[in-house]
Amino acid sequence: MNNDKLIIGGHEFTSRFILGSGKFSVRDTKTVLENGGVEMATLSVRRANTGDQENILDFIPQGITLLPNTSGARTADEAVRIARLAREMGCGDFVKIEIIRDSKYLLPDNEETVKATEILAKEGFIVMPYMMPDLAAARKLEAAGAASIMPLAAPIGSNKGLCTKDFIKIICEETDLPVIVDAGIGKPSQACEAMELGCAAVMANTAIATAGDIALMAKAFKLAVEAGRLAYIAKTGRVLENRGEASSPLTGFLHD
Amino acid sequence: MENRIDHMKYLEGMEVIDSDIPDRVIKAMNDYEPESFKATDVTNALRKEILSPADFAALLSPAAEPYLEQIAARAKEETRKHFGNSVMMFTPLYIANYCENHCIYCGFNCMNKIHRAKLSPEEIDHEMKLIAETGLEEVLILTGESRKMSDVKYIGEACKIASKYFRVIGLEIYPLNVDEYRYLQECGADYVTVFQETYDSDRYETLHLAGHKRIFPYRFNAQERAIMGGMRGVGFAALLGLSDFRKDAFATGMHAYLLQKKYPHAEIAFSCPRLRPTINHDEINPKDVHERQLFQVMCAYRIFMPFASMTISTRERAGFRDHVIGVAATKISAGVSTGIGGHSGEEEKGDAQFIISDPRTVDEVRDAIKAMGCQPVFNDYVRV
Repeated sequence: MNNDKLIIGGHEFTSRFILGSGKFSVRDTKTVLENGGVEMATLSVRRANTGDQENILDFIPQGITLLPNTSGARTADEAVRIARLAREMGCGDFVKIEIIRDSKYLLPDNEETVKATEILAKEGFIVMPYMMPDLAAARKLEAAGAASIMPLAAPIGSNKGLCTKDFIKIICEETDLPVIVDAGIGKPSQACEAMELGCAAVMANTAIATAGDIALMAKAFKLAVEAGRLAYIAKTGRVLENRGEASSPLTGFLHD
Repeated sequence: MENRIDHMKYLEGMEVIDSDIPDRVIKAMNDYEPESFKATDVTNALRKEILSPADFAALLSPAAEPYLEQIAARAKEETRKHFGNSVMMFTPLYIANYCENHCIYCGFNCMNKIHRAKLSPEEIDHEMKLIAETGLEEVLILTGESRKMSDVKYIGEACKIASKYFRVIGLEIYPLNVDEYRYLQECGADYVTVFQETYDSDRYETLHLAGHKRIFPYRFNAQERAIMGGMRGVGFAALLGLSDFRKDAFATGMHAYLLQKKYPHAEIAFSCPRLRPTINHDEINPKDVHERQLFQVMCAYRIFMPFASMTISTRERAGFRDHVIGVAATKISAGVSTGIGGHSGEEEKGDAQFIISDPRTVDEVRDAIKAMGCQPVFNDYVRV
């Protein structure tokens, strides 16, 4: 199991639980990172690029890989500029592309996301695009040089779980890139399910930020993600859904 | 009636845009009968995930008043979902109080004998520098409504100065044409708030006796022109108490709702002012918009448009403001002065628009936000 590493853009991670950091009190961030065993956390460039007030960067311990996101971008062009700004700020080469032209549901624009991915991958960024789970778009992102694919499970902040499960499954089957479920995960059980499906990692933010005890919930997510991963590696046995089944009803006669 | 001009007729120079939003808002408002809703309309609305305009209307109705606790709980849930525990902080800066309008309820109105002034570019720079030193990263630039005394170029210069000190720049100025909004956006402005005051055109006519502001439809289309001019966000408000506050609140929500439908990328914001006493007009008091009703309106906005930013005014007392942040409001001003040149600690050059009820400093408001279990956020934009 120690060899089971998550590899994104040539970087190795042991933890498969990525933390979104935009909805906590910054002082809680460290607690959540520790309890969640987190090795990678997103960082909203629009929040981080700040003066002498409580700067989230000061609350993220060394050793955590920063994943700056382009939240606030409405076009590929804006996302590219935010990514470059993040690099100038010293946030490294990872970037999570988030391009949203819809202030109501906050659903991503795949077309613009593909454009931005292509430009930033060429500039040497390790590009992790947030997307609507659409196989055609996932293939375009892969061809454009993405380092992972980050389909949403449900609208951001909705805590609704794997609403797009079937489509995420298809993307998991068809792409060689790590598939990281990015939004809508509300409970540890849903994170676990995503991992069982074959997702490489899970990202959560609101589910923890809105929990009664955020430290405990961070830990619950950590364990759920680990359990799901183990189950995936172990390969789930026969799961009977809705009906019982004879062991070989159609081919049993061949043994007669 | 004296020689008042037709308040529905555009004046020369006012740009006409092709929009059906005002007519749709007015129709919806006229059809809205707050008394017609029943308790079941309210509880059904609260059970829905995405509310329709009719559900919003129910939450604003008198039938919703007994359910205020449940409504607030739902509002808080939505606020937490969309904003976590973040609360944005900003301060307004009044750079001029010259006004050409005669609005009978306003302290800046041209008939009111107050000290008029405008800040020079050097004074704007000085005030902004002082504000920035408090740690704030967002400023809201305000003027009285005088094109002559505070022209677009003057406001543009203020935006350019603000860009040196702040990451987010809002505007609360007189309505402009599309190309003028574009110019100010290029000078650094990010969002524009225009208070429609009241959506009841007949009532509007009796309150705004003279000046450009009298032209009801030009003001109504300001947010759409601002979006067309490239502004990132627009803010909406009715000054509750000028007319039937439930109808005005409904129209405000519908205005924002229809605009966001037409321009899905537009960021939407609400302000929630109600009438407060003004200098020389102490007799004006909010008639029926008490804190309870104001809170109901704020929660209804939140549940109808969970993603919208919402500002709580300094017209309200500290105790009220502290309890609505994180529940319905997501944005709060601090270190506020509504006079001209009020941040330098020297004597103000011009009088204030209204009397504020929460004089707390930036540090005090920041601490209050933390005490409510929320996170003060100074910047949520990156302009690239």
